[in-house]
Amino acid sequence: MSKAGLIAARLLQILPTFLLIGVVVFVLARLLPGDPVSAALGDRATDEAVNRLREQMGLDRSILEQFLLFLRSAVQGDFGQSIAFRTPVTTVIAERLPVTLALTGLATLIALALAVPLAFVAAVNANRWPDFLIRGVFQVGLSSPVFYVGLILLTVFAAWFRWFPVGGYGEGFADILWHLLLPSTTLALSFSAVIMRNLRAAILEVLNAEFVDFARAKGLSRRVVMIRHVLRNALISTVTLVGLHAGSLLGGAVITESVFAVPGVGRLMVDSIFARDYPMIQALTLILAVVVSLAFLITDLIQMALDPRVAR
Amino acid sequence: MMAAPSSALLDVRDLHVRFATARGEVRAVDGVNLSVAPGETLGLVGESGSGKSVTLRAILRLLRANAAITGEVRWQGENLLALPEKRLRDIRGKDIAVIFQEPMSALNPVISIGRQIDESLVAHTALDAAGRRRRAIELLDLVGIASPEQRLAGFPHEFSGGMRQRAMIAIALAAEPKLLLADEPTTALDVTIQDQILKLLLRLNRELGMGLILVTHDLGVVAETCDRVSVMYAGRVVESGPVDRVFTAPRHAYTDALLRSMPHGGAARAPLRPIPGQPPRLDRAIAGCPFAPRCALVEDRCTVEAPPFAVVAPDQRAACWASDRLAAREGVA
Amino acid sequence: MTALALTFRRAPASLIAGAAVLLVVLVCAVAPGLIAPYDPLAFDYGALLQPPSAAHPFGTDQFGRDILSRTIAAATIDLQIAIFATVGPLVIGTIIGLLVGYYGGIADAIFGRLVDLVVTFPFLVLVIAIVAVLGPGLSNMYIAIGVVGWVFYARLMRGEVQVLRGQDYVSAAKVLGYGEARILLRHILPNAARPILVYWMTDMALAILLGSSLGYLGLGAQPPAAEWGVLIADGKNFFSQAWWITVFPGFAIVFCGIGFSLFGDGLADLMDVRR
Repeated sequence: MSKAGLIAARLLQILPTFLLIGVVVFVLARLLPGDPVSAALGDRATDEAVNRLREQMGLDRSILEQFLLFLRSAVQGDFGQSIAFRTPVTTVIAERLPVTLALTGLATLIALALAVPLAFVAAVNANRWPDFLIRGVFQVGLSSPVFYVGLILLTVFAAWFRWFPVGGYGEGFADILWHLLLPSTTLALSFSAVIMRNLRAAILEVLNAEFVDFARAKGLSRRVVMIRHVLRNALISTVTLVGLHAGSLLGGAVITESVFAVPGVGRLMVDSIFARDYPMIQALTLILAVVVSLAFLITDLIQMALDPRVAR
Repeated sequence: MMAAPSSALLDVRDLHVRFATARGEVRAVDGVNLSVAPGETLGLVGESGSGKSVTLRAILRLLRANAAITGEVRWQGENLLALPEKRLRDIRGKDIAVIFQEPMSALNPVISIGRQIDESLVAHTALDAAGRRRRAIELLDLVGIASPEQRLAGFPHEFSGGMRQRAMIAIALAAEPKLLLADEPTTALDVTIQDQILKLLLRLNRELGMGLILVTHDLGVVAETCDRVSVMYAGRVVESGPVDRVFTAPRHAYTDALLRSMPHGGAARAPLRPIPGQPPRLDRAIAGCPFAPRCALVEDRCTVEAPPFAVVAPDQRAACWASDRLAAREGVA
Repeated sequence: MTALALTFRRAPASLIAGAAVLLVVLVCAVAPGLIAPYDPLAFDYGALLQPPSAAHPFGTDQFGRDILSRTIAAATIDLQIAIFATVGPLVIGTIIGLLVGYYGGIADAIFGRLVDLVVTFPFLVLVIAIVAVLGPGLSNMYIAIGVVGWVFYARLMRGEVQVLRGQDYVSAAKVLGYGEARILLRHILPNAARPILVYWMTDMALAILLGSSLGYLGLGAQPPAAEWGVLIADGKNFFSQAWWITVFPGFAIVFCGIGFSLFGDGLADLMDVRR
């Protein structure tokens, strides 16, 4: 199958998942306690105003109708007005989504930058002190809740040393990087522990493979053997792992953004839940699911590029 | 008479390999002596676990960290076991190349065949990219892979078993080695393909004047392809000499038993007889001859005193107290 | 009994270390009153925001409450979270995975879609959303985690069962005419259970992380109940002056998490489970 064909097949596979996500999101939002209309207008609104808004939001129709309306507008990219912001939901999300993508993207880079070299050192020194040290430190990282790590980094590096801002988001590449460095490091810590653990095991397995002996027998330098033959093969399974963790990374972003007051979609999600902003919650959940699916797709593509056995 | 050391291409003396394992030390190779002349084909035979593959890998120090290698491997006046890793890398692949049993696991699954040949050429030749490509095509052609230009971009899983083995041989030949170490190169292949690969190895040996050590458990393969043979048992070479001598007039009781256990074995008209018992465990010291517990010709001193690896006939050595009796029986028959 | 003794002798160091850590947590959880030097809820206006000292090894908070006692007392709720949030998914997921893996067919296809769905949702986002629907609190949090969490157990179980289904001894049991219930319960379940048990340990560590995160966000355990995440949230506004209010309960989470991980690793080694 050609690469384009494979991509098309994967996209088709995603569609029924999207539909199910739509159902779940819709049902969930209807189940939320409290009336969105009174939440939007406050307790003192006139009945007339309430009814007008109900009609506007389509809340006076049957559930099935509401669902179909929801689906139709979702496909058109129209998620309605935000109750809390009183602007189109998509406008708010379009503003916030890049922040979260930057945060999680940077976190992934930091996680890889930490995990890959250290997994390598740990595997090469398997069951000797560098291995135990690295695994021990990462075990602590893995067992530390994101909000706790965030609070500590925030207090130490932003409040005490004042090296970083205590929160928010910057303007321009350098400023954004400066603002996001602490939150993404926070997010990266437990993620890098997961990657390290997986990659270390993969490297150990590859080190035992006969093609590594053969590469050495060819007289290749240690560097070439380790990077081109060992690391490259071990990284294939790590790519899959990174992709599969896209969801938990976004979940972590919800907490990180809350701790560091980063104006991304994670924080928006929490705020919207407390504000009972139905349209916002629906749109966010759908979009986050789409983001995760796309991450899966990208993972598949990278894997195809790395492993010729997958594609052809 | 032994060949003068200076004429030997590779000379392995008193090689020992010990593995540190959880259950104690295993003496996988215990005092092995081998030598190969330029352009010569040496068969290294033995049952699985006899230490033949370990010996082969020890020559280029390809064993894992838990292996301790002692002894001497003389190559052009140098002891490979004492060389710094960096110097050894110049010899690996360039002077001495290796091919393994299972090409599917010995070839990197995610790198194209062309690239895997190219790696060796980069490491050992001064050719530019275009030159390396030409050479790679030439190599695939040499080992009998059709339309080599297209195959360069192929990956190991796209090749058939026999083609993979040919590709591995092409990689090994990249830098025109003077000696090829082949570890059971045909065991994983179909019988018809086996024959093709052996013929290929022999042709390369003749055409390129390349020495060959062929590790195998198949006496038939040795009889067909090798000039000389060394028989291994329990980590030691028990007998060595020219193939036609060793296979027709074995002077070690183990070689004798091995030949009798094979259909169409060397000793004509003798009944087919499997060797009873098991090889000894290598994690404990062995007193006397390691084959004694299974030997039909065992005598008292066999279990006490290890027989010396002595010259038993012109160019033939064996470590067996019964070698005289074997010779006498041969005279009668 | 001999099997148990044998198991103990072969036990990897990580299993023993993990068990020791968990034992400490368990004792704190079961009898906090016996160990804690103070009443975790008692105010002491004579000792506000005291740094760690001999009298208060972990210091005191803005009401003079002893942080050590509060951290010990919180073990009760956090261990409860570890167990309550995972037992439901464990049982339900195992049963569904067993059935789906064994019988396959349309149920399996539906299950496959469901797995796709669940992995596509950020887990935490979904749990937060469900808690928001049901209202903050521990029991609602258990329900929220359970609604999603069982899928992971079922997926693991399904994979195991599919492998085991083709094994000789299962076929032999079928040929012998054993009932399906017997094959499932006596032959497949015990063999497939090992990876599930190992995963359960990891999952309990995750549950504590998740439970404390929700506690921190105000969606899990509610103050004044002592829960590690809640304690950290309580202290965060005083972090600059009184770091100890936040830092020590966090240590407890890390300590407990490491305990579960070590125990899980040891269990995996012992039962030869590949992860």
